[in-house]
Amino acid sequence: MNIVVLAKLVPDLVEELTIDASGAALDMTFARLIINELDDHAIEQSILLKERSGGQVTVITLDLEGADDVLFTAAAKGADRLIKIKGDFAGGVSNHALARACATIVKELQPDLVLTGVQAHNDIDGSAGPLLAECLGMPYVGYVHGIAISDGKSKVLKEYPGGLVAELDVVLPAVLGVQASEQPPRYVAVSKVRQVMKTSKIEERSASEWDANGAPIIGRMFQPEASTHATMITGNADDVATKLVGIFKEFGVL
Amino acid sequence: MSQDIYVVIEHLREQVADISYVMLAAARESAQNTGGKVVAVLLGHNAKGLAGNFAADQVLYLDHSALADFNPDAYQKALTDLIGKNQPRTVLFGSTSIGADLASVLSIRLNLPLVNSCRSLSKDGKFVSQICGGKIMAEGELPAPTALVAMIPGGYKVEQGQSKQSPPVTQVDVPVLESLRVTLAKYIEPAAGDVDIAKEQILVSVGRGIQNKDNIALAEDLAKALGGVVTASRPVIDQGWLVASRLVGKSGKHVKPKIYLTLGISGAPEHVEAITDSEAIIAINTDPKAPIFDIAKYGVEMDMFDLIEVLTEKVKEAKGR
Repeated sequence: MNIVVLAKLVPDLVEELTIDASGAALDMTFARLIINELDDHAIEQSILLKERSGGQVTVITLDLEGADDVLFTAAAKGADRLIKIKGDFAGGVSNHALARACATIVKELQPDLVLTGVQAHNDIDGSAGPLLAECLGMPYVGYVHGIAISDGKSKVLKEYPGGLVAELDVVLPAVLGVQASEQPPRYVAVSKVRQVMKTSKIEERSASEWDANGAPIIGRMFQPEASTHATMITGNADDVATKLVGIFKEFGVL
Repeated sequence: MSQDIYVVIEHLREQVADISYVMLAAARESAQNTGGKVVAVLLGHNAKGLAGNFAADQVLYLDHSALADFNPDAYQKALTDLIGKNQPRTVLFGSTSIGADLASVLSIRLNLPLVNSCRSLSKDGKFVSQICGGKIMAEGELPAPTALVAMIPGGYKVEQGQSKQSPPVTQVDVPVLESLRVTLAKYIEPAAGDVDIAKEQILVSVGRGIQNKDNIALAEDLAKALGGVVTASRPVIDQGWLVASRLVGKSGKHVKPKIYLTLGISGAPEHVEAITDSEAIIAINTDPKAPIFDIAKYGVEMDMFDLIEVLTEKVKEAKGR
């Protein structure tokens, strides 16, 4: 089983997000990039499949700040090949361009299965998984939280609202958008990642095409001004608790 | 090429999803700009009856046994044919487990632009998308010639997309749907939970801020004192700290308690859409800019760990009196 995982780096939402001078894009100067959380689940799922039935896991990401960390961490978890796509991403990264650039590289790898997070918080032009699937001419299923492979076919668990799950048979090769891995992403110690850095190699590829056609043009970005805001309860823990008890009484639950 | 706004209706097991009505409402607003019709696109098998309350000028109905259940491959084929032939001005999809399997694929296949996470469409032809966990809004002109748009809830009420008058239904030809690469084997019903959180009156809901599994006990104590139960946002469930039946959000349950008390939940759109029917949301979070404070009735900017035990004691005292 040859599995390829596409991982995206996205701004860490814990940090303050600011809009740049153009007014139409995020200011990335001081933004801290981290792996898209659901891509971390996709990596975990690929390692679980490899542990279950063998094979090779290749992780691909764009050469943005933090890319080496993402790749070496994946290797420490069990990924075999690491690929970084080089290019000038200063003008931003659209998923359409990302999918087209990746498609050329992924095709060469001849995967049986491609996994990626079902979405990322900055997906403004669709999601990387289904865009990539169509560029590759492969079927796509998203919101996946379980995968079993046998006889060249995959059995896939797809989530619907309310907790309903569909079990689907998907012909391989396919691209699957992972909502959650079957186990929480494993923790690896920094020391192990450092060790892997000495032995693993990151392969570099250049994006042969960088075509963002299909992504909308953003005229303006802004922080939402809510029409309402919570009435803030202030004071020390004791004061706040007393006031909250008052509110519980007001709503008749105490 | 037409100026019509198509809405790809989402339904599952004879139930039309709320997002379908949200999209019909958005389409109505957008149609005021284009001057076109609001057209509901219904794919299914013996499913014509679902269209009765659509607030649409017309329903295009595609009937085929391969469309009886949602099948991404079959839906993609049928929609490629329809959109390619009719070239509407805009096609709306849900940013959901159904729509997300369609919109991006069709964008590449038909070479049409796609706007994701769209919250509203305006009369002057603009879209507004909500990204970065609800912290950033992105606005632009709806791209041409045909804009594919994946919609999130929040911008319109379900009732705005419903009508007492049934729209006219036109059955349209379905292309050959053979050699499908995806097939439905079966549905797996949600595991019966210990409690039905959709029916509970008091929910203490924990988010990523709870930090680890052991800390869940603090929330359990508070919930018990209040006579409620503990629920959680997605990251907590994915970590295996609580069972899936306690999940509030897009893939979990929608809830409508009297009190929804959140501990360390930031208020990502996927969570917020499931709690807006709560009578009162009380949010406790250390980040004053957390989107949860915009929908909460009361807010506390404080580390939950400084507050939970004190609050649990006060609740117990109040009950004891």
